[in-house]
Amino acid sequence: METLSRAGRAGKSRGRAGRAGKSRGRAGRAVEPNGVWVYAIAERVAMTPLGKLRGVGGGPVRTVAAAGLTAVVEDVGLAEFGADALRRNLEDLDWLEATARAHHRVIDAVARQGPLVPMRLATVYSGDESTGAMLAERSADFRAALARISGRKEWGVKAYAGRQSEPGTAGSTTGPAGPGGGAGAAYLQRRRDQLASQKNARRETLASAEIIHAELSRHATATRVHPPQAQQLTGSKAPMILNAAYLLDDERGEDFATVVAALREQHPGIRLELTGPWPPYSFAGMAEREELSGITA
Amino acid sequence: MESRHEVEPALVPTAVIKHRPPPEPAVRAERIALVDLLDRVLAGGVVVSGEVVLSIADVDMVRISLRALVTSVSTLARAGADPEASGQ
Repeated sequence: METLSRAGRAGKSRGRAGRAGKSRGRAGRAVEPNGVWVYAIAERVAMTPLGKLRGVGGGPVRTVAAAGLTAVVEDVGLAEFGADALRRNLEDLDWLEATARAHHRVIDAVARQGPLVPMRLATVYSGDESTGAMLAERSADFRAALARISGRKEWGVKAYAGRQSEPGTAGSTTGPAGPGGGAGAAYLQRRRDQLASQKNARRETLASAEIIHAELSRHATATRVHPPQAQQLTGSKAPMILNAAYLLDDERGEDFATVVAALREQHPGIRLELTGPWPPYSFAGMAEREELSGITA
Repeated sequence: MESRHEVEPALVPTAVIKHRPPPEPAVRAERIALVDLLDRVLAGGVVVSGEVVLSIADVDMVRISLRALVTSVSTLARAGADPEASGQ
């Protein structure tokens, strides 16, 4: 559930070089679009279902075709989406959130049509020619990525250590004093025991995370492990011990939820969150960070 | 439906929910947690030549330092807590 407050797209951005709704500058003139924001690459894209979509700059999306591939793009103004403006705007949480959601909304809509390789946020070219040149230059990579993700979707699983990773809270550190100054010694002993069991609990928790990831990976054609999300971002007191993406054949999606449910039963001390399906962001082409797991029939 | 499941029903593959029309994409996108989205759009997706390159004069691409993207994620520390995510 999204609870981060978000200014309306037209609201907070008005004071800065930002979109004002319909690709118009603050003076009301049409902004000269001289950038092309690239959302994603597919083989073919049907535009009719995308006619009502509005993108990061508030404008319609269109396509650029080259080398047998199709890029889904939007004309954007460099006043908001050029290098300097982007550096500023990416620091603005409201702008970043609105832009990320608009970027995803377009990608998600196009992904419904077929295999699609999303671009990282803020991929901007100076025009159709350079966009097309990029397609031609990278066509082999894009085709490999399309093949890798075709007929598959991404699912995300996050795991959090439960409260019992901090044991020893039940036992007090004050207790009956032993003979001869035993209170201090007793405290120290109890503290040592507490630390030892915390350490064991953490080790067990991490071992559980590995077991969980291994089991989930068995169902995936590929996996990618993301860094745990910072606690300031999630707001969770419990540490995140797994943040991973799994690429699953389309027909395995429903089973995956069952697998996660079973893992919840098996690991009651750990909170598991499942998200998805996602367009294949995590498998678009960062091959060096991808783990390919063996697929079981 | 189990509320902690976190799977948005509308996003279940259509083969499973033929009878239910998918909701407005715009509504669906709002329910995605921002941190999960940023994991994907900032750290995922195809990267062109390691950076996106900004054109000045005759250079053909728009470039932003990926450092800027990483920095902007760290500024999310001021975003505050998501009560849904805390506790069990």
